[in-house]
Amino acid sequence: MAKIIAGVGSSHVPAIGAALDNGKTEEPYWKRVFSGFEKSKAWMAETKPDVAIVVYNDHASAFSMEMIPTFALGCAAEFPPADEGWGPRPVPVVKGHPALAAHIAQSVILDEFDLTIVNKMEVDHGLTVPMNLLFGQPKDHWPCPVIPLAVNVVMYPPPTGHRCYMLGKAIRRAVESYPEDLRVVIFGTGGLSHQISGPRAGLINSKWDKSFLDNLSKDPKKLTRIPHLEYMREAGAEGIEMVMWLIMRGALDDKVDEVYRFYTVPASNTAVGHIILENKSKGKRPSTAKSAAKSKAHGRRLAAARKTTHRIASKGT
Amino acid sequence: MARTQQDYDDIPGTFVFDAERSREGFGINMFCMSLMKDGNRKAFKANEAEYLKRFKLTPEQTDAILKRDYNRMLELGGNIYFTAKLGATDGHSFQQLAAMMTGSTQQDYAAMMLGGGRSVEGNRSRSGKVAKASKASAKGPGKAKPKSSGAKSSKAKSNAKSKSKSSAKRK
Repeated sequence: MAKIIAGVGSSHVPAIGAALDNGKTEEPYWKRVFSGFEKSKAWMAETKPDVAIVVYNDHASAFSMEMIPTFALGCAAEFPPADEGWGPRPVPVVKGHPALAAHIAQSVILDEFDLTIVNKMEVDHGLTVPMNLLFGQPKDHWPCPVIPLAVNVVMYPPPTGHRCYMLGKAIRRAVESYPEDLRVVIFGTGGLSHQISGPRAGLINSKWDKSFLDNLSKDPKKLTRIPHLEYMREAGAEGIEMVMWLIMRGALDDKVDEVYRFYTVPASNTAVGHIILENKSKGKRPSTAKSAAKSKAHGRRLAAARKTTHRIASKGT
Repeated sequence: MARTQQDYDDIPGTFVFDAERSREGFGINMFCMSLMKDGNRKAFKANEAEYLKRFKLTPEQTDAILKRDYNRMLELGGNIYFTAKLGATDGHSFQQLAAMMTGSTQQDYAAMMLGGGRSVEGNRSRSGKVAKASKASAKGPGKAKPKSSGAKSSKAKSNAKSKSKSSAKRK
């Protein structure tokens, strides 16, 4: 059985990628940012996940205004870095995990989350910057396969925080019904407070950010009740992308161990936030009777759903 | 047709890119998207007005693009991630664009960011109805000081293009 062992929250500021790509990491401004991820890289090197699911948003790279999927799951074998106007970032091609991705797609759709499935997609800084922050700058290949989950937070309205949290739970059920023993880490990216558009650009709200991180760790359900209006008012128009962190959080246990946190202002226009949360039962091969029963029950539900789907389909014809 | 009023229109200095703006601004955003290709960037630079004829734009939208009035572009349906591509074509970083939209120089803007960014106090609400942090968020002291931080409209702010050519390229 596959298992989600930990969640990582991280900003994905494009300027961080530019600083990495242009060798500026030792400049004091950037050192302040990167020093906050040294422990995280060590943690990741030790954790060695078999797969990472990275929840992020595309910034007019793979998706223009022609199509705006709310949730798009990358099921391809690989995802090349996108050219965001300065040539593709010099990072390795991101390898997918098509088998697990297809399983997740099938499971969560029958679990009533209507994902868009993407079999060809380039990925931009939204995905590759957090990977650099946690995996460093490998030359040839990333240490594990990645399943990208692109969320629309560009056009209002993005999915609600509650919807994101529930999708996280569905992803967890999907992962736990996958037969192969895989240890999975899930990333929620974006944020924290920032506004990069309009005369109010430059808005930062550290108090709000801190409260968000506290609740993310201890009381995530509280966060699921925050309306979009509050994200935009308190954390900036673009701060609304913090809803993506709730997908990550929903995929974890209700009670988690916060093993690391980092916060600094600014990177370019943005408050940088980072957190690592571990499930209590991290990584050891399953399976308590309870979780096995749970996963069985989930299997039964899916089987029932499949039958229903089949019935509806045959009625229609 | 007048824009449908939304609760988030109360946030000062902010043009929320919603479904209505997405519809209106399709031409602006697809024009910006076209600038991802080098050949298109060259064609645009060679004759901007002529190039813009390839897209379905209203005269106001065309005017805002030619004048690099970024706030007006947002108001007319442009999205920041798309208009940033126009900025990049002009050689401007994201932070330079942000400085333009706030009507400040890049130095001042960068200094504000280093100092912790723009405070939310006094920047929550145009109407002044929401001056304090709401319950779900941090218990901020919330001094109500309704200050009109722009968004009066872009016109006042369209000193944009003249500014921020400066080089300090820290992003």
